Amino acid sequence: MTHALGFFRSTIGKKVVMAVTGLILFGFVLGHMIGNLQVYLGPEALNAYALWLRELLHGGGLWIARSVLLASVVLHIWSATSLTLESRAARPIAYRKWEPQASTYASRTMRWSGVILLAFVIYHLMHFTFGNAHPDFVEGDVYHNFVAGFRVLPVALFYIVANVLLGLHLRHGVWSMLRTLGLAHPRYMRFAQGGAALFAAVVVLGNVSFPIAVLAGIVP
Amino acid sequence: MNLTLQVWRQKNAQSPGRFVTYQAADISPDMSFLEMLDVLNERLIQKGEDPIAFDHDCREGICGACGVVIDGTAHGPRRRTTTCQLHMRSFRDGDEVTLEPWRARAFPVIKDLIVDRSAFDRIIAAGGFVSAPIGSAPDGNAIPVRKENADLAFDAATCIGCGACVAACPNASASLFVAAKITHLGMLPQGQPERMERALSMVAQMDAEGFGSCTNHGECEAVCPKGIPVAFIARMNADFIKASLTKGRRVAQAGEATAG
Amino acid sequence: MNLDSRAPSGLLEKKWDKHRFELKLVNPANKRKYTVIMVGSGLAGAGGAASLAELGYQVKCFCYQDSPRRAHSIAAQGGINAAKNYRNDGDSVFRLFYDTIKGGDFRAREANVYRLAQISVNIIYQCVALGVPFAREYGGLLDNRSIGGAQVSRTFYARGQTGQQLLLGAYQALERQIGLGTVQMFSRHEMLEVIVIDGRARGIVVRDLVTGDVETHVGDAVCLATGGYASVFHLSTNAKGCNATAVWRAHKKGAGFANPCFTQIHPTCIPVTGENQSKLTLMSESLRNDGRVWVPGTPGDRRPPNEIPEDERDYYLERMYPSFGNLAPRDIASRAAKRVCDEGRGVGPAGYGVYLDFADAIERLGEQAIREKYGNLFEMYERITDENPYRVPMRIYPASHYTMGGLWVDYNLMSTIPGVFVLGEANFSDHGANRLGASALMQGLADGYFVIPYAIGSYLAGVKPAAPADDHPEMRAAVTAVRDRLSTLLGIKGQRTPTAFHRELGRIMWEYCGMARNRSGLETALQKIPALREEFWQNLNVTGENAELNQALEVAGRVADFLELGELMCRDALAREESCGGHFREEYQTEEGEARRDDAGFCHVAVWEYTAPDRTPLRHQEPLVFENVQLATRSYK
Repeated sequence: MTHALGFFRSTIGKKVVMAVTGLILFGFVLGHMIGNLQVYLGPEALNAYALWLRELLHGGGLWIARSVLLASVVLHIWSATSLTLESRAARPIAYRKWEPQASTYASRTMRWSGVILLAFVIYHLMHFTFGNAHPDFVEGDVYHNFVAGFRVLPVALFYIVANVLLGLHLRHGVWSMLRTLGLAHPRYMRFAQGGAALFAAVVVLGNVSFPIAVLAGIVP
Repeated sequence: MNLTLQVWRQKNAQSPGRFVTYQAADISPDMSFLEMLDVLNERLIQKGEDPIAFDHDCREGICGACGVVIDGTAHGPRRRTTTCQLHMRSFRDGDEVTLEPWRARAFPVIKDLIVDRSAFDRIIAAGGFVSAPIGSAPDGNAIPVRKENADLAFDAATCIGCGACVAACPNASASLFVAAKITHLGMLPQGQPERMERALSMVAQMDAEGFGSCTNHGECEAVCPKGIPVAFIARMNADFIKASLTKGRRVAQAGEATAG
Repeated sequence: MNLDSRAPSGLLEKKWDKHRFELKLVNPANKRKYTVIMVGSGLAGAGGAASLAELGYQVKCFCYQDSPRRAHSIAAQGGINAAKNYRNDGDSVFRLFYDTIKGGDFRAREANVYRLAQISVNIIYQCVALGVPFAREYGGLLDNRSIGGAQVSRTFYARGQTGQQLLLGAYQALERQIGLGTVQMFSRHEMLEVIVIDGRARGIVVRDLVTGDVETHVGDAVCLATGGYASVFHLSTNAKGCNATAVWRAHKKGAGFANPCFTQIHPTCIPVTGENQSKLTLMSESLRNDGRVWVPGTPGDRRPPNEIPEDERDYYLERMYPSFGNLAPRDIASRAAKRVCDEGRGVGPAGYGVYLDFADAIERLGEQAIREKYGNLFEMYERITDENPYRVPMRIYPASHYTMGGLWVDYNLMSTIPGVFVLGEANFSDHGANRLGASALMQGLADGYFVIPYAIGSYLAGVKPAAPADDHPEMRAAVTAVRDRLSTLLGIKGQRTPTAFHRELGRIMWEYCGMARNRSGLETALQKIPALREEFWQNLNVTGENAELNQALEVAGRVADFLELGELMCRDALAREESCGGHFREEYQTEEGEARRDDAGFCHVAVWEYTAPDRTPLRHQEPLVFENVQLATRSYK
């Protein structure tokens, strides 16, 4: 037991927690985006999909998924916070001048994009799941909530901005996860950078298409 | 050429530091960066002022003693070059250049541009070795080593322990240094028996010294004078994860072995 | 001065075995009662400290650098010799022994050199076991190459960084012992005095370079593994911090200094560019395998190299030494370069340089092949000179590199002070008047890993482990002497910096006691050095105080010792009226300009005994007896 605790106290252990929970969350955002693509098939398809999710395993599936996701988010945030604090403490006096040589904008803004994404996720739950931040929420009619929600221009813009940040977060996150988990054979590493960018782009394009489609009237 | 230098001056570990401006006049472009500081220091001594303290020794880029953050980059603007091998032709007449020490909690400043890097020694003492007492060695050709592995081990072993990786890392992480040693010994058959314990104990010591964590920025690789690739950090992580996952089992096996 | 070499009698091959059997042993339970002080952390120091700690002794190890890993052994490029005969090309322990003796121009002790050749075969195994990534062949076996004109391939290497890899191996062994608590490491500590009580060494006085504290450390034996003194020339391939202070302090306390004039000048260094240069960089000797050395045929020819037609070039090494050509040994190639430059045919801004031209090799093998072989060296050259050696020939010039002389030691590596042992480059024992390439690493590790563990036991078995009292008059006197010297240096408050004195001393040494020496030059130097020393103690300027990290004070103390050692080197060079190895006296040369040895008059080790500050030191002799080799003239024609 003590060695398990030791693992979670070590910097690499915390990074592994972040990577594994990150992997779960990547899976979620990808699935979430693909599921939502059914909006293009019309109201019946999307609402049926939503119902299927709710009734999976006699209603238990959704709660299992929610528990895993919640635990992942909590652990992801815990490890991020803990590592951030440690890293801050590791350099008590900052450089007067510091020139980045290799790091990317995405890697340097992980903490900020992470915090903003957390705020976005909370809003997103209140918006589409609980409905208390929705102007015209109808329990069970996902398609209606979707279209009505995105008709509000500032909300749609916020979704677009948040998803661009999500893209940056994913781009560095996917790549970093592979490194952290020790999966970095040079033969595959060449593809990993591109793969991470591709993955991030797919998720962002899919997600951003929704508010744009609603605003453009493609999804009535 | 003439330069204006903004140099971090700090009397000792206890005193606060500050930037002081110096003029480095009549500098030849053929001088090394440290020779430029030598010239400035000789002039300071002649004026009765305290010369700027900086670590240096071999001045040919191999001992790892030197290291200054020059204009925001560890070891200065030239890639794969230690501070001692940087020449003034990398600068232009009239440039203003900022000189700072490596900054990390685990590398406290001793004086001016000199920091205490003994944390690196303690990390090696924790496990960065092969326990092969002198006199006990088997035939060096008894275990053939794949050439690719020997070459990769060598690439990792070229680390000079200068600490630029820590200095450049936004998290002040020592991961590249530790990973280089873990990779060096982990690629050789001689390093296998202690491979798992090595990963656990070196990482534990690295954390205990107060270095930050790796978030895969890649700044370390960019400033490393020996070009040690950041991919080695993934190898360290893999060893550490494997060692952590199998530790209980290994302890149990050891128990059975002694019981049997 | 007792100069009994204690070399065992009997067959050469059996001497070391026989001696090991005769050496007394310390009971394993008693070993931890003894404290051994190790000064220096290079191959010999780190290797020795680790070996002794593994045996069970308490070890205290000191280095002036911030970490033991920075010792200058790290800079050795080429490789390490071992008589393995892996290439089936006729190598043997005896051949390595013979080559080393002959290369040293018959001025080394047979028994020591033979032991070195014997031990060489164990060193490689030990290094492999410690994780040194030696170059391997595709079959996975250790690779070899030939270096510096050796006719067999017996050199093991790790690209061009063999010294680094060997040192890291020894450093890691040392760190393991530090982690186990058997070695106490004192980095950033400089030894400034040996404590001798009742005729034997009992400890050292050191200065903590961070706080300035002067501390005493007592032990039952003191080992000095502090390297050579090539920095006496100011510009050398040695690290800036390399110094002779430890050996010089021991010398002044009674340790004989052997053959101080035997210094090695390395032929392939990057030439000096300016007044403020601090360091000369070595380019691996392997470059001479493919590069051709030349200068313009006529003095004062300032044309760029590519405008000088083939028939107006003088490929002087190929001309003078047709059979060895560009691969002539270090001392011979160095002197030839000096000669052509003295004739006014040198190249480069200052006229002190010769071309090392790869144009023919590039034409023959292609640029790619040259890049694969020497890419890192070419890159290093370009970084320093800003010239592209693929297009224009490199410029090289000899530079001071290694010192064969050092403290006199017997077969057990003990100096003339009982209890002071001297290891590695700091002693004089194995290289005679000239060292072969890839032999320095071999000697450092042999001394540290495989000689000192046995030799020191025999000494310790004969003494009782007990620390002298802190207030022993000798301890107090040593501390006072150190404090006084530090405050004197700080109190002069003159005009010139320590480096300025070092630079001037270096010029005198290089001019009069460098590659070629003669009576009148050495006599001039013996006038100039004492005068400079006098000025030093009148006109030195060291800022700051003792109780802080004070680099100017560190340099001043080292220069003060070099100012005395430099004089002894000149005195030794003057007294040795022959030419041998790295010591070339212009009066003693053949008609072709080659070294002329005088075996009747000088087949001995010259050992200098310190007397008093202004008294001439005494020159003693240890005769060299050669029972197993014929004294021959070195010829590389």
